[in-house]
Amino acid sequence: MKILVCVTSVPDTTTKITFTDNNTKFNKAGVQFITGPYDDYALARAVELKEKLGGTVTVLNVGEADTEPVIRKCLAIGADDAIRVNADPTDAFFVAEQIAAIAKENKYDLILMGRESIDYNGGQVHGIVGELLGMPSISPVMQLDIDGDTARIVREIEGGKESLEAKLPLVLGCQEPIAEWKIPNMRGIMTARTKPLKVVEPTSKDTLTNVSGYELPAPRGNVKMIPADQVETLIQLLRTEAKVI
Amino acid sequence: MVSEIVENQVDTTQLIAQSVRELSERLIRPNVRQWDEEQHFPADLFRHLGEQGLLGMLVPTEYGGTGLGYREYVTAIAELARVDGSVGLSMAAHNSLCTNHILLFGNETQKQTYLPRLATGEWIGAWGLTEPNTGSDAGNMRTTAVRVGDEWVLNGAKNFITHGKTGHVAVVIARTGEPNTSRNATAFIVERGTPGFQGGRKEDKLGMRASETAEMLFEDCRIPDSQRLGEVGDGFVQSLKVLDGGRISIAALSLGIAQGAYEAALQYAQERRQFGQPIASFQAIAFKLADLATDIEASRLLTFQAADLKDQGKTTTKESAMAKLFASETAVKVANEAVQIFGGYGYVKDFPVEKFYRDAKLCTIGEGTSEIQKLVISRQILK
Repeated sequence: MKILVCVTSVPDTTTKITFTDNNTKFNKAGVQFITGPYDDYALARAVELKEKLGGTVTVLNVGEADTEPVIRKCLAIGADDAIRVNADPTDAFFVAEQIAAIAKENKYDLILMGRESIDYNGGQVHGIVGELLGMPSISPVMQLDIDGDTARIVREIEGGKESLEAKLPLVLGCQEPIAEWKIPNMRGIMTARTKPLKVVEPTSKDTLTNVSGYELPAPRGNVKMIPADQVETLIQLLRTEAKVI
Repeated sequence: MVSEIVENQVDTTQLIAQSVRELSERLIRPNVRQWDEEQHFPADLFRHLGEQGLLGMLVPTEYGGTGLGYREYVTAIAELARVDGSVGLSMAAHNSLCTNHILLFGNETQKQTYLPRLATGEWIGAWGLTEPNTGSDAGNMRTTAVRVGDEWVLNGAKNFITHGKTGHVAVVIARTGEPNTSRNATAFIVERGTPGFQGGRKEDKLGMRASETAEMLFEDCRIPDSQRLGEVGDGFVQSLKVLDGGRISIAALSLGIAQGAYEAALQYAQERRQFGQPIASFQAIAFKLADLATDIEASRLLTFQAADLKDQGKTTTKESAMAKLFASETAVKVANEAVQIFGGYGYVKDFPVEKFYRDAKLCTIGEGTSEIQKLVISRQILK
């Protein structure tokens, strides 16, 4: 079993978001970056499958050198080697192109990634990678088992679940509870130091989209307390001020 | 495509800090208050810490440890203590005292027998030097070991022992010579279940309540000579060497507690609004935070300096004592000021700082009081 896990390097979930360059760029100053939480689940399942079925797990990140701590953590969790495509991940198509180029060279049985990154939340990369490679792409996958060349998959659908079977190779967008969350242990951290990390240049540097601006939600207003015996005032304010009824 | 292979030969300390922080936030923080209130020692968590490689950090890999250095070790303790000082304390006592004593002074058979179990967390370790009547004055200890044939007979009591009841194995220092004579103590390894050895009363403590502190009682406890650690009479000298390392771990514990209290206060000061503005915008609070941040940074530098010297194989008696003295006093100061910044909310259990305040005080007492640290430092600089 040869598995490729694509990971993102995203701001920690508690980050206070600000922008620079006239609100066209995310301000990275002082921000702690982490592996995308959905990608973490994809990696955890890949490591579980490797332990059960044998094979290799390769981690792939499209990002600049500052993403290497995130890649190193993936190696500490159990990936065997890593590839970094040395480019700013500008948009979903660009990232998918890079992943597809690596996948064409190496012929993986499974290409796993998170259902979406938690920074720009596009949720498109797995679909585009599937299209570029001519293989099925399924998301969001919450359960994955492999039986020979067949994957048994459970994916979440609106209000329920869908069970599927599909032949390998596949591209899957993953989410919890596909695997148990893994935290690197001390031995993993030490062995990660000598695992190979290959840096490759992107297939192209064309920028297909440009961001015109970002906008944060308006700050939450103060809470207005209405005494319990003034129901009419409450209804009036819900109508005229909050405009929700 | 241009490609190159880059070997990840970078400082692993940051990754260790991140991993232990993630573990602490996920597995420890949700339980902190309950464990504290119930004085619950989380044995299950310790098995998990063992699996993560945190219970044999200084133990070489051939004995089942992770073979890391003090820099990585203090990093892990500080991250645990940032969330719960009790867990940091138990982890530090297990690694630095019991396990490290066997690592430093055990023979090959003793190392092969005990280190793999301790390093993996299968067994929890205790270390007994302190007694009801002799804390810092260990030369006067009353627990005795008398040689009878190929055995030693232990009698006496040790108290304030971390894991004194639940520890599976203890390193015990007993007097084998006359009181107040030189080289009058010897160290022994005693397993739980040995006839004549039992855990005594569990202490009901001010802080560090999830870390078990209890008595160890010996009544005609007979152990074979093969359980003796090193030479007869070396027990006290061995203990001082073990404590040189142990003090760095208490410095790290102090650093973590201070960091946790400071982060809570920093966040609260920016969220709590009085007179229409966050209290952090008042200079009285802002300057307090500046002082705390500066003291914590100084603690960090002293602690990592001692750790780095230890990793270089140098004697760190002075540097360990300085780090422990400064970091522990800083932890008490930071926790105190954090409660002050929280005001009334700092005094209630719904917020974390009252626990930091209670936990921090142990750090100026355990493994040598601040006064003893000053004695150690002054003897080093006046010799």
